[in-house]
Amino acid sequence: MTEASLTSASDDSRHSTSRLTVKDLLSSAEALRPTLGEHFRDELVNSLYREAESIARRAVRQKDDHHYDLDQKIDRLVTSPIFGLPLMLLLLAAVFWVTIVGANIPSQMLANALFSLEEQGVAAFNWLGLPWWITGFLWNGVFRGLAWVVSVMLPPMAIFFPIFTILEDLGYLPRVAFNLDFLFKKAGAHGKQSLSMAMGFGCNAAGVISTRVIDSPRERLIAILTNNFVPCNGRFPTLIMLATVFVAAAFPPALASFAAAGSVVLVVMIGAFFTLAVSWALSRTILKGEASAFTLELPPYRVPNIGRILYTSLIDRTFFVLMRAVMTAAPAGAVIWVLGNLSVNGMSLAAHIANFLNPLGVLIGLDGVILLAYIIAIPANEIVVPTMLMVYMGAGMMTESPDHNFLYHLLVGQHGWTLLTAVNLMLFSLLHNPCATTILTIYKETNSKKWAIMSVVITLGLAFLITFLTASLARLAGWVS
Amino acid sequence: MRSKKLNQNPCESCPANAQLAQMGLKIGSFDRVVALAGNPNTGKSTVFNALTGLKQHTGNWPGKTVTRAEGGYVFNNIRYKLVDLPGTYSLLSASQDEEVARNFILFGQPDCTIVVTDATALERNLNLALQVMEITDHVVIAVNLMDEARRKGLEVDTRSLARDLGVPAIPISARTGEGMQTLLMTVEQVISGEIRTQPRRVQGPPELQQAVEALTSKLRQLIPEMPNPRWIAIRLLDGDHRVQEALVSGELLELVQAQRGADVRFSQKIALQGHQ
Repeated sequence: MTEASLTSASDDSRHSTSRLTVKDLLSSAEALRPTLGEHFRDELVNSLYREAESIARRAVRQKDDHHYDLDQKIDRLVTSPIFGLPLMLLLLAAVFWVTIVGANIPSQMLANALFSLEEQGVAAFNWLGLPWWITGFLWNGVFRGLAWVVSVMLPPMAIFFPIFTILEDLGYLPRVAFNLDFLFKKAGAHGKQSLSMAMGFGCNAAGVISTRVIDSPRERLIAILTNNFVPCNGRFPTLIMLATVFVAAAFPPALASFAAAGSVVLVVMIGAFFTLAVSWALSRTILKGEASAFTLELPPYRVPNIGRILYTSLIDRTFFVLMRAVMTAAPAGAVIWVLGNLSVNGMSLAAHIANFLNPLGVLIGLDGVILLAYIIAIPANEIVVPTMLMVYMGAGMMTESPDHNFLYHLLVGQHGWTLLTAVNLMLFSLLHNPCATTILTIYKETNSKKWAIMSVVITLGLAFLITFLTASLARLAGWVS
Repeated sequence: MRSKKLNQNPCESCPANAQLAQMGLKIGSFDRVVALAGNPNTGKSTVFNALTGLKQHTGNWPGKTVTRAEGGYVFNNIRYKLVDLPGTYSLLSASQDEEVARNFILFGQPDCTIVVTDATALERNLNLALQVMEITDHVVIAVNLMDEARRKGLEVDTRSLARDLGVPAIPISARTGEGMQTLLMTVEQVISGEIRTQPRRVQGPPELQQAVEALTSKLRQLIPEMPNPRWIAIRLLDGDHRVQEALVSGELLELVQAQRGADVRFSQKIALQGHQ
């Protein structure tokens, strides 16, 4: 009798054991929590901190501290409320100036070399007696696309990225975040957004990924949706070219490079303005909320490691971006050549599309060809200018090397560009939709089609709106017809 | 994927013959998994690059490494997979990088976790070290930036540190390579059991100990393979929503069963955890 009841009891207990559920576990945790007292969590964290403090105190001894002083003196200047921001802008302008001046000559040399190679290639193919469309497709299409991208993009990147990486390695970026924090706070966004913006200079897809440092999902979304307003490396060549051909040309030669660098800085500042304005609007409409507090560590200044900087900036960044551009430039070049050489009703397909887009383009101060170039360049912004120029020049051979004079005559003389076209193209380039890679990255990071689509709608909508406004204003004021 | 302990000639494992071979991304098969944890901007990525020969982007700003990076190295003929976790100040909050780090230490079950600390800001760095030591026994503290500490006139007594923490503490300067051999040696010895660690754990008041005890035994019944029921118990008592959710949805069980799959899919899964 006793034995029987014993077994059944143990049976029962085994039974209840196997039926122990997650729910039971959670409820017993709930039941146990009150026995621990209200401030148990704080106490746990506090005792952890006390422990760390006492262990550290036993292990570390300070001998002298004069080195701290230098770091702190620099920081007081760099993050000062008065000098912080001007210093930052000055530094930015200096970086662009060095990039523009330094890239000019290598760009020319590369272009000359590659385009003479194109001529020789065409001559060789003709000598071999190959059909014209093979020669045209390969040399005037695919190769020309590649040549443009390499000569326009490689030199500025090879200069800009190492300088940028040096600043990063020195520890300057967190200071920038510190300086800009008050602006982001006012916009209802996270102060670390300036870190992801800084990464966006290199590549917006990388900028979007770097928003992971922001804890709050709301603020992170804001940072993701506005990252595109930082012109990435793929768009810098466009900005630099326009600044050099249109803005710098209006200044005496001695000042030209400064004017060009200044106007690129201005474009970046306009981008920062739109970042803040859109952040502000988002955090008051679809992404309501307050800016969250955070601690940002200002790391000590460290002497940059030159070997690593060259590797990171040239291989990881320059080469990576260039390869991506090359991968999209080749097919884009092919597409443009086909569009330019397939005729329907006596006019090339490219001209048909450009004509169709022209009314919309003119409305926003651009033209049909520019819009066509933007559509072809959706996979990668890097190829906007090459695409545009190739459509303008049609299927013909390039007789001159593409220096700035040549560009000026082609755009202003033959295709009726005005200062408005240049300004609006800069604005459009700054504001328009992210490239396909970035859109895909936004989709992956947010895990939502809605936000990926939003990123396109917001940027494209703003790009059309702003350029429409500047075009209308210029026309009303009678500056352009 | 993991082979049993390799038969070794004693001479090969003596420090004079110790050899490091950087394996980069060739981590198809490996014998041991080592995780790199640490506060942001303490040089984890520099340690990672120095060991694997990879060029994980390093930069002087906190929060640079947001996902995990993996690479391999061979030391004393043992193949190691090294996992560079995102830099975090703690493992207690629910931010994405902290979750990636703590999920890996907890469920990836690395054979050893190196906590890279900044010698010039040791106190703050030890907060994280103590939290990692709550989760796992196999911890080695790498006190990095020793050169910078010396430049700042700081003397760090790593022996006192090791005694207080109950785990080895090795002074290193990852940028110059100082102390790296010793670090790898120590990792090997901690894994083999030659060095027995006794991590210092915050015990808390008796009520807490009892409550932890009670929950731990329940957890063991529920999920016998659970690597560290004590830590989960404390998190549950603390009302950690993320851990509760992971239990209810079965995600925790799934992660435990997936264990440390050698395949990349698992890594990605962990990395994608905090995405929602």
